[in-house]
Amino acid sequence: MSATAAAPQGQIGRVWTRFRRHRLALAGGFVVALLLASALFAPAFAPQDPTLLDTALRFRPPFADWAHPLGTDELGRDTLSRLLYGGRVSLTVGLVAMVTTVMTGALIGITAGFLGGVVDNLLMRFVDTMLCFPQVFLLLVVAAFVPPTLLSISLVIGLTSWMEVSRIVRAEILHLKEQDFVAAARALGASRARIMFRELLPNAAAPILVAATLKVASAVLMESYISYLGYGVQPPLASWGNMLTNAQGYFDTVPWLAILPGAAITLTVMGFNFMGDGLRDALDPRLRMDP
Amino acid sequence: MADPLLKVSGLEVHFPIRSPFLRQRVGTVRAVDGVDLEVGRGETLALVGESGCGKTTTGKAILRLIDPTGGSIRFGGEEIAQHGASRLAPFRRRMQIVFQDPYASLNPRMTVGGILAAPYEIHRIGTPADRPARVAELLRTVGLPSEAARRYPHEFSGGQRQRIGIARALALEPELIIGDEPVSALDVSIQAQVINLMKRLQAERGLAYIMISHNLAVVSHVADRVAVMYLGRVVETAPRETLFFDARHPYTQALLSAVPEPVPGRRRARQVLQGDVPSPAKPPKGCHFHPRCPIAQPRCAEEVPLPRVVAPGHAVACHLAAP
Amino acid sequence: MIGFVAWRLLQAIPLLIGVSLIGFGLMHLAPGGPLAVYTLNPTIQAQDIERIKIIFGLDQPVHVQYVKWATGIFSGNWGYTFFGGRPVLDVILERLPATLLLMGSALSVAIVLGLSIGVLGAVKRYSVFDVLATTGALFALSFPTFWFGLMAIFVFAIELRWLPSGGMWELGEEGNILSLLRHLVLPTMVLALVITATWSRYSRSAFLEVMQQDFMRTARAKGVPPAARLMRHAFPNAAKPLIALLGVELPFLFSGALVTETIFGWPGMGRLFVDALNMKEYPILMGMMMFTAIFVIIGNLLADLAIAAIDPRVRLR
Ligand SMILES: Nc1ncnc2c1ncn2[C@@H]1O[C@H](COP(=O)(O)OP(=O)(O)OP(=O)(O)O)[C@@H](O)[C@H]1O
Ligand code: SF4
Ligand SMILES: [Mg+2]
Repeated sequence: MSATAAAPQGQIGRVWTRFRRHRLALAGGFVVALLLASALFAPAFAPQDPTLLDTALRFRPPFADWAHPLGTDELGRDTLSRLLYGGRVSLTVGLVAMVTTVMTGALIGITAGFLGGVVDNLLMRFVDTMLCFPQVFLLLVVAAFVPPTLLSISLVIGLTSWMEVSRIVRAEILHLKEQDFVAAARALGASRARIMFRELLPNAAAPILVAATLKVASAVLMESYISYLGYGVQPPLASWGNMLTNAQGYFDTVPWLAILPGAAITLTVMGFNFMGDGLRDALDPRLRMDP
Repeated sequence: MADPLLKVSGLEVHFPIRSPFLRQRVGTVRAVDGVDLEVGRGETLALVGESGCGKTTTGKAILRLIDPTGGSIRFGGEEIAQHGASRLAPFRRRMQIVFQDPYASLNPRMTVGGILAAPYEIHRIGTPADRPARVAELLRTVGLPSEAARRYPHEFSGGQRQRIGIARALALEPELIIGDEPVSALDVSIQAQVINLMKRLQAERGLAYIMISHNLAVVSHVADRVAVMYLGRVVETAPRETLFFDARHPYTQALLSAVPEPVPGRRRARQVLQGDVPSPAKPPKGCHFHPRCPIAQPRCAEEVPLPRVVAPGHAVACHLAAP
Repeated sequence: MIGFVAWRLLQAIPLLIGVSLIGFGLMHLAPGGPLAVYTLNPTIQAQDIERIKIIFGLDQPVHVQYVKWATGIFSGNWGYTFFGGRPVLDVILERLPATLLLMGSALSVAIVLGLSIGVLGAVKRYSVFDVLATTGALFALSFPTFWFGLMAIFVFAIELRWLPSGGMWELGEEGNILSLLRHLVLPTMVLALVITATWSRYSRSAFLEVMQQDFMRTARAKGVPPAARLMRHAFPNAAKPLIALLGVELPFLFSGALVTETIFGWPGMGRLFVDALNMKEYPILMGMMMFTAIFVIIGNLLADLAIAAIDPRVRLR
C-alpha cells in the first residue's frame, strides 16, 4: 500500500518527526509562519501608512533613523511599511492562486483518473496541450486581457498553473481506485461522486498538500514578475513586484530600494519551497529527494 | 435446487488485451469463461481453485463490481446481469462482500464509525442521529467494543480489521455474503475465530455464503457444497461429503491428493499434475484441463465437456466421468 | 522503429489541434477581438470596421474562420502585424536567432555544470560536496530570475563595470563577436542558474538509480575501473531520463528566456513578446504562443525519438 494512503492521526506524530529532522524545511516553515504573521498584522508592525508621501524625506537610507527603519523611496514613502503591505498583497495573491490551482487540478485529476476512458483521454490531452505553452507566455497574454484586480491576477495565475497538480492527483487516483475499499464502497451502492470525493480525495491529501505548498511559492514568483512588468498589481497598491519596477529607475544610486523587495520575494519563495520539500519527504517517502 | 437465492449460468468475464499503440484489441483474457453456480438460502457454497483461475473475478461479477461480458445472474428470481446502477441499487442491500486483504479493504482516512455508517448514509436508512447507535450495535455483533468507532483502521490488528469488514457487510442485512478468501491473510490462530464468527452470524441470520478459497482444508469446515474451478470454468460441483469421498473430475482428484489429510481416515496416492496452469489469455481448446489431464482422450482436445449431473446435486464437466 | 516514429507523429496531431484551438480561442477572447487595433481606435468609424471585418473574413461562422486560420498557420501564413502590416512569421523568425543563441549558451553551460555537479554528488553521495550541492540547488530554484538578473546587473555592470548591462552589441560594433560574447555573459549566467539546479538534481538521481543496478555491480566485480564504469556503463543508461528532461523543460526554458531577455534588453523573442504585449499586438502574441508551442511539441518528439534510438525497448512500450 502506498505511504500516502497510510493512515492519519497516529501518523501525524511520525510525519512531524520526519519533518523536524529536515532542518531546512523547518527553517522554511518558520519563515512562512513569520511572513504570514507579518502580513496579518501589517497595520500593527508598519511604522506608518504605506501610501503616505513625504517629499521632504525622499531616499532615506535604511537603518538611518527609527521613524523609517528601512528608509524611504522616491516619493518619501516608508519602505518597511510598503514591504509589509506589499507582502500582504503578494501572499494573498499567492494563496488565492494556490487554492485555484489546487481545486482545478484536483478536480480535473480526480475526474480523469476515476472515470478513465474517453474522459481521461480528453482531459489529459488538454493538460498536455496547456503544458506546451510556456507558462509565462500564457500568463502574460491572459493577464493583459483582463483588468488587473487582486482577484483576477490570482485567478489568472491559478488557471494557468494547475496542470502538474492534475497529473499528480490523477496518478494517485489511478493507484487508489484499484484498492478494495473502493470496491467495497461500490458494493454498498455508493455514487460516483461519493467515491470520488469522500473515499478517494482524502487519500490523495498528502501529494496535494505538497503541491499546494510549492504552488504558493511559484504563484508569489509569478505575481511579482507580472507586477514588475506592469500587468499585475497596480500602484498605488504596493506589491513587491511593482516596488521593484519603481526601484529600477534609481538602481545605480539607491540600490537598496531594489534589493529589499527582491530579498522579500526570494525569502518567501524559499520558505514555501523548503517547506514543501520537507513535507514531501515527511509525507511521502516514495518521492524522497535525499538528502 | 427448486428456488435458489442465486443462480449463475454461463457467466463470462473477458478482459480485452489492448495494444500499447492504437489501443486496439489484440487478445482476450478469459478470466471467467462460462461458470454455472447455484446458492440456496442460508447455504454455504465454497468456490475452490488455484490462484488465477478466476474466483475473485467470478465473485466481483456476481456483485456487479465487474461487468460480465456474457451469461446470466439471477438473484431472488430477477435477472441482474444487465442492470444499470439505479436498478441495481436494491440488490446492493441484498448481496455484500468481505475482501481478502483487511488492509486494503478499509479506507485508511475514515474512522471505523465513518466506514460503518456509510451503508446507512448511502441508502438513507435511519437518521444521522441514530447512526452511532447502529454502528455500536454492528460492532457488538462482530465482537468489538463500541469505542472502536472513533479510531482509524490502522489502529487495529488484521483479525479485528476483518471483523470490521464483516460488520460493514452486515450493515444492510444482506441475504448473501461473498467471502473472498476472508481469512487467508490472517494468522492461523485468528482464522478459526473469524470463521466461527461467520458461522455464528449465518446461524443467527440465515445468511447464504459464497466462500472463495484456494484451500480445500478450510472449505471442509464451512461448506455445504463445493464448486471446483479450473481456468475460468467450474469443473465439478458436489455436496461437501460427496466431493471429498467421491470426486469424479480428474482435476478435483488431483487437488484432493495434494491436501495432506483432508478428512481423517482417508488415504490417497499423491498425484502430482504435470506442467503449469495455462494462461487464461490462451486457454487450451476443448477441455481446459486436457494438456495436464492424466486420462485425456483425443476428443478432450476438441470438445468442451459440459457439466453433467452424475448424482443428485453432483455435476461434473468431464467427458469421461461415469454417470 | 518506423512504427514508433509514425505513432509518435500521430500523437502530436491532437496536441497541435489543441494548441491551435487555444491560440485561436485566446485571440477571439482578447479585448476588441482580432481587430482590437481598429475597434479600440476612436478615429475609425463603425462602418469601416464592418468593412474590415469582411475583408478579414470575420463575418463568417467561427469554425470557418478557425479552419482558415489553422490552414494558414500550417502553410506559413501567420497573419500580419497591426502596426506596419508585416508578416507575423517573419517578425518572429527575425528574433529567433538571438533567443536560440541565449537559450543554447545557457543550456550548454547548465548541462555541463549541472551534469558534473549531479554526477559528482551521486558518486560521492552524502559527502560535504553533495549536501552543499543539493541544498544549493534548492536555493537556486527559489531565486526569482528577474531579480537575480537585476542584481547581476548591479554588481557586474554598475558596481564593477566588468560587463555591459544589456543589449546584444555596443553601438557601432554590430557583428563584432567579442562584443557579442561580452553581452552574452550576464544573461547566460542568469538563465543558466535555474536550469543548472534542475539538471544537477535530475542527473544526481538518474545516476544514483543507474549505479544501484545489477550491471553496474557486475562491472565492478569484473574489475572495470571507476572512470570507465561511469563513462561506458552509467552514462548511456542515465542519458534516457536526461534527454526526456531536455524535452520536458523546453517550455520552462522559453519562460526563463523571456524573463531574462526583458531584464537585459536582449533583442530576442522574449523582448518581442513583451513589446507586443505593451502595444497590444495580438497577432504577434498569438503567433508567438503558437510558435513556442509547436517548438515544444517538436522538441519533445525529437527527445522521444532520441530515447527510442538509444533504447530499443522503449519502442515496444
Ligand atoms: N482487470 C483485469 N484485466 C485483465 N486481466 C485480469 C483482470 N483482473 C483479473 N485478470 C486475470 O484474470 C484471471 C483471474 O483472476 P482472479 O483474480 O479472478 O483469480 P483468483 O482465482 O481470484 O486468483 P487468486 O487466488 O490469486 O486471488 C487472472 O489471470 C488475472 O490475471
Ligand atoms: S474432459 Fe478429458 S481432459 Fe478434461 S478432465 Fe475429462 S478426461 Fe480430462
Ligand atoms: Mg482472488
